[in-house]
Amino acid sequence: MREKRLQFVVVFHTTADAMAMEKLCKNLGIAGKLISAPRAISADCGIAWKSELSEAAAIKKALANAEFEIQGTYELLL
Amino acid sequence: MIYLDNAATSSPKPACVIEAVCAAMKNFGNSGRAVHGKAMDASRTIYEARSKIAALFNCSRPQNVVFTCNSTEALNMAIFGILNVGDHVISTDLEHNSVLRPLYRLMEQGVEVDFLPADIKGCINYDDFATHIKENTKAIICTHASNLTGNLLDIKRIGEFAFNHKLIFIVDASQTAGAIPIDMEAMHISILCFTGHKSLLGPQGTGGLCVAEGINIRPLKCGGTGVQTYLKDQPDELPTHLEAGTLNGHGIAGLLAALNFIEEVGAKNIHAQELKLMQKFYAGVKEIPGMKIYGDFSSDRAPIVTINFADVPSGELADILAEEYDIATRPGAHCAPRMHEALGTVGQGAVRFSFGYANTQEDVDTALAALRSICL
Repeated sequence: MREKRLQFVVVFHTTADAMAMEKLCKNLGIAGKLISAPRAISADCGIAWKSELSEAAAIKKALANAEFEIQGTYELLL
Repeated sequence: MIYLDNAATSSPKPACVIEAVCAAMKNFGNSGRAVHGKAMDASRTIYEARSKIAALFNCSRPQNVVFTCNSTEALNMAIFGILNVGDHVISTDLEHNSVLRPLYRLMEQGVEVDFLPADIKGCINYDDFATHIKENTKAIICTHASNLTGNLLDIKRIGEFAFNHKLIFIVDASQTAGAIPIDMEAMHISILCFTGHKSLLGPQGTGGLCVAEGINIRPLKCGGTGVQTYLKDQPDELPTHLEAGTLNGHGIAGLLAALNFIEEVGAKNIHAQELKLMQKFYAGVKEIPGMKIYGDFSSDRAPIVTINFADVPSGELADILAEEYDIATRPGAHCAPRMHEALGTVGQGAVRFSFGYANTQEDVDTALAALRSICL
């Protein structure tokens, strides 16, 4: 298995919101990717966004002005 | 064949649309059901199409663009999802059966409907909205353009009236989406219903509705969404609230290619070319003695010319055009019963010539020559 480390995870209500997140991060140059939502958290959408913790501040700033909703953010060992 | 039935569906589709559908059929998984490459290809494409549609119609967010199989499904969702027993709604004689039949069904259940009458040219009197408004009026539902005459309704004017009276404004843009500018915000449109396969030049089986902020539509369907699996009801968030079951990802890929095509060529340029062809045809056809032409040609319109010759049944004329001249038109009633009643063409029907981006001046010349040969 892969070695686990603490990462920043964003979960969504809908697939469309997850797609919006990917597009937003790509436009802003925020590294990360869409993953299957981790079992450790309750996520409406089976698709979640994962970034290194170092990107958390940039993501939170981007989300504050985003036109889509998120369900929540987490720091998880993944 | 000379294809002059673009108001039914545009044909042929741009090559990029055909290629996009084929590529999607080779490559796509099911959108929203996983994060593997094939599913993500579908999800990304569908989201991109939502974004393009939202930008085209000035809908507030891509998430408020809901995909359906066609305009009819979108209109059913809007009409059945908004109106309740005891509500009153104002509509018009210009409507297609995709609006009329849902409204007739609701009338049987206790919804009140007034249809604003059309005159012999297929025009409504805009002052009639004010005279028909009642205490329980909830919505105005109207088409942007008659599929029979091509006449436009002034949806900006109607939208302002709806906004001033706090009414929900539902627009059927089947004949105009992609060709004639629509701005949901400026026109105060609450729900815009569109099809992908006419002026948007996409595949059949695509369409949708754009929902303004604050408008809550009761879902017509419920089922698999790929999200919130353990919730017993349909999720509240758009677009999932109104999208149950696998989306037509292959078709939507084609629609996205069509949107890109329109962006590249310019919707204004396409509409201007279609109108030029329509005007050339109109100018020629009105010189033929015994020809009856329906509609108002005094302002901007959908590129449609609907005619009858003398008392010849419309089906007979259309069959002669098809069999002897290989020209495709649409005779009959066009799913627009109230419009035919207003025009006095219930018995004869009418022959509709509708022009598209792929038509040429030569097509118009050939069609006019055929009509002269038949009718003179």
